[in-house]
Amino acid sequence: MIKLKINTWLLLSLLWLLPVASKAKELQQSVEMADQFRSDGKIYVVVAIILILVLGLSYYAFRIDRKITNLEKRVDETVK
Amino acid sequence: MEWMRKSWWKILTVVLICYTVVGGLLFPVPRLPILNETIRIVHFHPPLWFAMVILFTVSVVYAIKFLSSADLKHDTMSVNFAKVGIWLGILGLLTGMAWAKFTWGEMWSGDPKQNAAAIGLLIYFAYFVLRGSIDDQAQKAKITAVYNIFAFAALIPLLFILPRLTDSLHPGNGGNPGFNAYDLDNNLRMVFYTAVIGWTLLGVWFATLKTRIDLINDKIEDKYMASS
Repeated sequence: MIKLKINTWLLLSLLWLLPVASKAKELQQSVEMADQFRSDGKIYVVVAIILILVLGLSYYAFRIDRKITNLEKRVDETVK
Repeated sequence: MEWMRKSWWKILTVVLICYTVVGGLLFPVPRLPILNETIRIVHFHPPLWFAMVILFTVSVVYAIKFLSSADLKHDTMSVNFAKVGIWLGILGLLTGMAWAKFTWGEMWSGDPKQNAAAIGLLIYFAYFVLRGSIDDQAQKAKITAVYNIFAFAALIPLLFILPRLTDSLHPGNGGNPGFNAYDLDNNLRMVFYTAVIGWTLLGVWFATLKTRIDLINDKIEDKYMASS
């Protein structure tokens, strides 16, 4: 439970990216995983692209939210 | 219902989903045969179902609230939470089928939990068919609120009890509890529960947006009816 809390705070400061690379190497290598992709550093490109997508869609959702808020105000003013 | 307009929990939603994407793709995962890197789907597929069940729970709570208050706003909330829940369920089925194709060999292998989830969704589809078939607003709300309670009461055993009584390809079935130490280690758990909260909040956000649109339409319609 404490560990979870600490990690949440690490996220906020974005420092949690540091231990990722070192911890991955500790794991045993016998099962085939995307190690090549990871060491190429190209996995970060994938993450970056998905983040752009998520943030773009979130921005869109916020805009729709704001438009609905404005609509609510207009309706409350005109429809009484 | 001022909380619908507050934006702090919407920002939290975006932060949690971003964390899920980064953590889900980058954090160390257990090296397991057959699963390989697809173990990461655990952050994207099961949380959809968790979120769906939570949204359906909210939906049934508002259905009960409607039945006791006869306030049509509660009915509007109930419907929209069910609608978003269904979307998450459909996405859950599709992501599950894609995952199954590459780990179990078939998109649909008649797994008890797969079948039960599909039946559960069909029961909720019937909820919307029922809504569409009644014209009178008050009657529609009343009858479908009762149906909603029955649908929820059928869904829970379908998802959480029946698949566990038999052997299933899904982990945690065939008598075992859901997520034990072997299925989900601490690294996975951290991202997994973040994902559950993130997708749930996103569902709540969309459901409230849909509800707000419906309420605006209701107000305009009431005005129109009054003036004509």
